[in-house]
Amino acid sequence: MTAQAVATSARPPVIHPAWVRITHWVNAVAMLIMIGSGWQIYDASPLFGFEFPPSIALGGWLAGAISWHLAGMWLLVVNGIVYVTLGLATGRFRAKLFPIRPRDVVRDFVAALQRKLSYDDLSVYNAVQKLFYLLVICAGVVIVLSGLAIWKPVQFQEITAVFGGYDTARYVHFFAMATIVAFLVVHVTLALIVPKSLRAMIIGR
Amino acid sequence: MPRIRTIVPGVDPKLLIKDAAKLIPEPSRRLFLRGAAGLGALTMLTGCNIIDSDAAESTLAKISRFNDRVQALLFNPNKLAPTYPESMVDRTFRFNGYYDEEDAPEVDGETYRLEVGGLVDDKKSWTLPELYALPQEKQVTRHVCVEGWSLIGSWTGARLSDFLKRVGADTRAKYIWFQCAEGYSNTIDMPTALHPQTQMSFKFADETLPRKFGYPMKIRIPTKLGFKNPKHVVAMHVTNKDLGGYWEDRGYNWFSGL
Repeated sequence: MTAQAVATSARPPVIHPAWVRITHWVNAVAMLIMIGSGWQIYDASPLFGFEFPPSIALGGWLAGAISWHLAGMWLLVVNGIVYVTLGLATGRFRAKLFPIRPRDVVRDFVAALQRKLSYDDLSVYNAVQKLFYLLVICAGVVIVLSGLAIWKPVQFQEITAVFGGYDTARYVHFFAMATIVAFLVVHVTLALIVPKSLRAMIIGR
Repeated sequence: MPRIRTIVPGVDPKLLIKDAAKLIPEPSRRLFLRGAAGLGALTMLTGCNIIDSDAAESTLAKISRFNDRVQALLFNPNKLAPTYPESMVDRTFRFNGYYDEEDAPEVDGETYRLEVGGLVDDKKSWTLPELYALPQEKQVTRHVCVEGWSLIGSWTGARLSDFLKRVGADTRAKYIWFQCAEGYSNTIDMPTALHPQTQMSFKFADETLPRKFGYPMKIRIPTKLGFKNPKHVVAMHVTNKDLGGYWEDRGYNWFSGL
């Protein structure tokens, strides 16, 4: 066995295959576009007593923001379809995210608060992590469906009806966004606390 | 010229969004992507400023045109916009326009004529009594504004498709262009023009269409966003040329279908 072969076989196993990493970062760009332009669109007719500062929004004004939002939607949806299809087809979802036992969630949540959670093996998700990923995937499904309900309340009126009508669908869309943003805050913070998880999502190991 | 490049710049976006007030062109600034650099993370990720660039603008314009085609495919000519009981009509319906309410055009019903042109057999102009004599029907539908808010209203008038038949319009043409009293305009696709709920409206909530809602005639299209529902319509042309429109030319998506 050559030295090179030894070195290769000694390399740590791949935690995230290439398709996970690619769809992850494409999704990251799509999310920035969708959230930034979504905030600008929100400001045109705020649902609550606040507006997003234009400095953190995307598009400059309503028409620009809508152009970004309805362009970013293709990136988000096409990438999302690839991700979900491969996640199901390769069995990765089932292997990584299930089962989620309530008892384990409580145990791991307590351990996390006590900073006793182990990050040694990044290929195994703890129960809280599994639950978070599952929730954000669900929020992703809800945000796409409620988005379709708002975009096409006539052609897709059946979807709009599921969300309780056009006006309610806007609130659902907003809260799905808020859920995803809350996830991102935790997700990015933890990635920075455990930098090797960031490395794994870039180079796979 | 890509539509998105023709945005009228130099306006406080807030003002524009809040009440779509009068726009004052100032060619030195591009409004479209102003503030876009705020998404600094994206710039950092890619290592170059992909957002505030001509390439980004022309790409977005192309995608917007692509979205027009997708929406035309999604448009089902037989699918009706949901209708509501009259009890749900908002009687204090909201005024919205690119001008202030007190600046809404004042059209004299006595001298009003609807000019009909383009690919039609009968180009005679129509007086208001002649228009009122057309068979009319009422619809209670949801008006959805591009800004996000929506209101249920009641409009009464003649089906545009009936009118087009009556004037011998070439319905194989691609577009109908509407001109408004004060200069606003819209171009819509023929399938939408022929949709059974697309209406030449003369009444709102059973009353003669008030000035603020487009006296004497508005084109009510419940399958399109509010800005594609022109008010104070004085001319209608059947055409194969996309003549654009006020907001469409300023960066809003052309089809804007619901």
